[in-house]
Amino acid sequence: MNATSEPRPMATSHRIVPSAPASAGERASRISARDVTVHYGPKQAIFDVSIDVPERSVTAFIGPSGCGKSTFLRCFNRMNDTIEGCRVGGTITIDGEDIYDPSLDVVELRARVGMVFQKPNPFPKSIYDNIAYGPRIHGLVKSKAETDALVESSLKKAGLWKEVSDRLDAPGTGLSGGQQQRLCIARTIATGPEVILMDEPCSALDPIATAIVEDLIHELKEQYTIIIVTHSMQQAARVSQKTAFFHLGKLIEYGDTEQIFVNPRDKQTEAYITGRIG
Amino acid sequence: MTSVETEFDANTRRRAQVRQSLTRRNRAETRFRLLGLGSVLAAMAFVAVLFGNILSNGLPAFWQYNLQTEVYFDPDVINVPAPPVQEAGQSDADYQAASLAWQRRLAMVNWNRLITASIAQAMQGVDVEIDDRSALSIVDTGTRFVLRDMVLANPDLIGQTRDVSMLLSADGDNWSKGKLSRDLPDARQQLTRPARDAIDALTATGAIHPAFAWHIFTNVDSRSSPASAGLAGAFVGSLYMMLVVILLSVPIGVSSAIYLEEFAPKNRITDLIEVNINNLAAVPSIVFGLLGAAVFINIFHLPLSAPLVGGLVLTLMTLPTIIIATRSSLRAVPPSLRQAALGIGASRMQMVFHHVLPVTFPGILTASILGVAQALGETAPLLLIGMNAFVANIPATPLEQSAALPVQIYLWQGNENRNFFEERTFAAIIVLLALMILLNALAIWLRSRLERKA
Amino acid sequence: MTSVLIAALVLAMMAFAYRQGYSRSRVLAGQSRLHSRPQYHGALLALWAVVPFLLILALWGLTSGQAQEWYLASLMPSDIAAGSDYASAAARLRNIASGFGVAGDMADWERTAGESLGRFNTILKLSAVALGALLGIAGLVMARARLSARLRARNHVEAAIKALLIFCSIVAILTTLGIVISLVTETVRFFTYVSPIDFFFGTVWNPGYSTTSNEASGSYGMLPLLLGTVMISGIAMLVALPIGLMSAIWLTQYAKPRVRNMIKPVIEVLAGIPTIVYGFFALVTVGPALSGLGDVIGLSINATSALTAGIVMGIMIIPFISSLSDDIIRQVPRTMRDGSLGLGATKSETIRMVIVPAALPGIVGAILLAVSRAIGETMIVVLAAGNAPILRFNPAEPTSTFTVTIVTALTGDADFASPQSLVAFALGLTLFVITLMLNIGALVIVRKYREQYE
Repeated sequence: MNATSEPRPMATSHRIVPSAPASAGERASRISARDVTVHYGPKQAIFDVSIDVPERSVTAFIGPSGCGKSTFLRCFNRMNDTIEGCRVGGTITIDGEDIYDPSLDVVELRARVGMVFQKPNPFPKSIYDNIAYGPRIHGLVKSKAETDALVESSLKKAGLWKEVSDRLDAPGTGLSGGQQQRLCIARTIATGPEVILMDEPCSALDPIATAIVEDLIHELKEQYTIIIVTHSMQQAARVSQKTAFFHLGKLIEYGDTEQIFVNPRDKQTEAYITGRIG
Repeated sequence: MTSVETEFDANTRRRAQVRQSLTRRNRAETRFRLLGLGSVLAAMAFVAVLFGNILSNGLPAFWQYNLQTEVYFDPDVINVPAPPVQEAGQSDADYQAASLAWQRRLAMVNWNRLITASIAQAMQGVDVEIDDRSALSIVDTGTRFVLRDMVLANPDLIGQTRDVSMLLSADGDNWSKGKLSRDLPDARQQLTRPARDAIDALTATGAIHPAFAWHIFTNVDSRSSPASAGLAGAFVGSLYMMLVVILLSVPIGVSSAIYLEEFAPKNRITDLIEVNINNLAAVPSIVFGLLGAAVFINIFHLPLSAPLVGGLVLTLMTLPTIIIATRSSLRAVPPSLRQAALGIGASRMQMVFHHVLPVTFPGILTASILGVAQALGETAPLLLIGMNAFVANIPATPLEQSAALPVQIYLWQGNENRNFFEERTFAAIIVLLALMILLNALAIWLRSRLERKA
Repeated sequence: MTSVLIAALVLAMMAFAYRQGYSRSRVLAGQSRLHSRPQYHGALLALWAVVPFLLILALWGLTSGQAQEWYLASLMPSDIAAGSDYASAAARLRNIASGFGVAGDMADWERTAGESLGRFNTILKLSAVALGALLGIAGLVMARARLSARLRARNHVEAAIKALLIFCSIVAILTTLGIVISLVTETVRFFTYVSPIDFFFGTVWNPGYSTTSNEASGSYGMLPLLLGTVMISGIAMLVALPIGLMSAIWLTQYAKPRVRNMIKPVIEVLAGIPTIVYGFFALVTVGPALSGLGDVIGLSINATSALTAGIVMGIMIIPFISSLSDDIIRQVPRTMRDGSLGLGATKSETIRMVIVPAALPGIVGAILLAVSRAIGETMIVVLAAGNAPILRFNPAEPTSTFTVTIVTALTGDADFASPQSLVAFALGLTLFVITLMLNIGALVIVRKYREQYE
């Protein structure tokens, strides 16, 4: 299934390490999509979307349900590959590398681009094994001590360490909904991704758990490039720096979050934000 | 600054590690995938081997060699008076006794003399000396009854000549089909040298030739004349059993499913019934045979080997299957339909019989046919109620002794004449499988037809 | 009066009663609003008329044979009634009574006795019909008098139907009860001959088949049978589990829907084939092939052995495991799969480390069901295991199982009440208890598993 990728020069080697970002608005674009289309069988779901996502920030995709925002999100780690009859066109690059290049192994891509799903989906394993799962399959940890350290640091980054440090052997499915979702975030962090995709991560959570996860997202953006799909405009306004508004499979408007919410350029965006389409 | 750099290094290191693991992991992936594909192919290969084996071994049995020759119904040999006629005033019993006496006279006739004479006739111009015993060993021992029955059906035949197709004996058929080695010494051959030579010679003249063995479908089992043994008795026996199963298990099973699904209160008793039915579905079939032996045979003294008893045992065995399948198709009816029916003032009973049942009818029908098909192939419980007995007649009623198709297979595989009966057993298997496939096809056809209408 | 006539009478009565109820209620409807529709009034009256009628007829059917027997005995001269010719004399009288007559001359007493028996039978039948009809009419009249506009006829009719449905659901319970009671009573009878300790812990199986006495001679230790059963089931699971599970994984996770829809039914064909067919296939094809393979690799493998039976049984169980696992794997939520793929796991890593562990309880349940089926399987082992109840651990040697021994015990010539036959029930009870525990275990596990993902 996955073509074994040939060793080739790493795009990262040419990268200039950013020192301090010049300004919040001028961050380098890590992820760049050009004329992306998605078809499910004969039905087209995404129409020629082009977008540049800045690194170390939160970009929100909003839009009415069925607008294709989740489908588009799943293009960034090629999760659409797992859906029968789904075809993706156009190009998506991360650090200049085409992620749909046939020589690229999707496993490698997904190790770099993690994903958090709508419904918390911990594996039927212990909390510890949930976190250790990714590093183990990728061969990132060699010893028990290394694994222990990685589990601890991941749980700490996800803000879950204090709550579960005394019961790492308990099943992950036994946690509350909000804890489960943070466990899934910790699980994603553990493989050391550079980008984290979040597909409506709070839609199954209560308001208090949602607030905790939002705070977490806020912290994580210091280290990761985050794209979040959300159906809640308030959430987009709270957590994101950039916002893209999708409607009927098309990118209608993309810009700084503040500008989108305060001064939308497009009439459809305005209509959505003011609650006239939804 | 340094923290950012280390982080970048960490990313690079991780990417290298992931990339390093890829070859191994992708190989494991391919291995796993091939293992799965291999399993599927193995399972399909089993199907192919099984069917190939059955067909290649069983199909030849449907063609048997016949000796086509003229038979002179010699009045000197058939020395019997004219058949009796019922006179006015003669009681039924008296007439029956007289006819039986006449038939006994007919049975006493040495029919084999007609056979040897006609074989001698056929051998004219062939340079083989053959004694009577060898000649008789060529054709099936049942041939004499064929001739007798011809006369019985038409007494005017006496004194006339008729073209008769005589079935070759089991040994003769084996020889013609080349299943017996021609290199074996005389002492180890089933047929004498003259008999073998005669068969070869008659095959050369065209008198002996293969023909479709219709008698497999029309004759009953026979031990004395194996070449003419057929499945008619077993077929009728199985048919009776299936009728009993259909008449009992379908109404009882469907009613029981309706009660449990639609009316029964949810309490411990119905929970118990539910668990009980699920378990009953998984009880080994032989246990139902034990039940039949202990209750139907030993307590109720129902006749041994009767299709009625077999049908009752199979009914009890099929019942849980039908109940479970019916319940699941009842459960699949959307609640909206029920609410709509109740909403317009129908009683629960009306809702079930007027609205729910018609929708589930295709499902219930299919489940019933599949249940019956499964019962058709069941063997073990029948052995325990005496159906392994050798029965050489077609049962007139379900209370008479009878064979059944699967049991016939069991009996034939145990026949001492393995050379001949192995092929015959495969033929019986083909007939049984063909019936089951037919039933399954019927179920599929009916369902697609009924569902299109609905 | 023939049975056809009686049936016609009953039907006519039903039609008449229905008509009466229908038209009477129409008249009532003219006066005030009816609670139930006229059809229900008709059906109610028909029930009241026909049910007593049928009850009387059933009573007559059950008792008339016995009554005739008593009367017959009183008709005969005392020396014949007590003598050994009683059965044939009785048969002659019945023939005279039915008008068929007997061959040869009748004694005077036979003629008069036969005629009075005939009269007795006619009177009995006529009075049964008359009584039934009378009660039916009485029921009709009574029920008709109670008809009123406010009568809840529908509820009455529905109560009757519900009673019938409940009766049908009880049949399954009665079957289980019948199995348990008959197995237990016969087992207790068996234990009067052989001590339970010798039976359950004995290592030698060698029932002495003495025809002269019913005493237990020989040993009835079931351990050799248990070993054979466990060995064959074990081999079967070794074949079926990897192939079945990997097929299910490949079909659910790798195959394109179109391929899957084509392959799945082909594999499931294996489940529909009667076990007698597998048995014969094992005996004729697989056994000799294994034995030949053994010769090639220098192992002595018997053609009928635990290995032969086990392998073929494994083939039979493949679709059982694969379709059960298929259902169970498909119940693992897709989100869990996506979670693993999203972390960069390969498909096989996801299956091995997430999907299979998540589905494990369900798969264990499926395995238990498959084992229970393997243990209860009869015809394959009867034909292919060699029936050698000896305690030995070599799978290449002939062996025996519970089911084989049950069949041998009950299809032999031994008297039903002898320990040689009764032991079948002790074995059957053991088998029943083992499979019951496996089934209940499987049901509990699978039910818990389903709840986990609902």
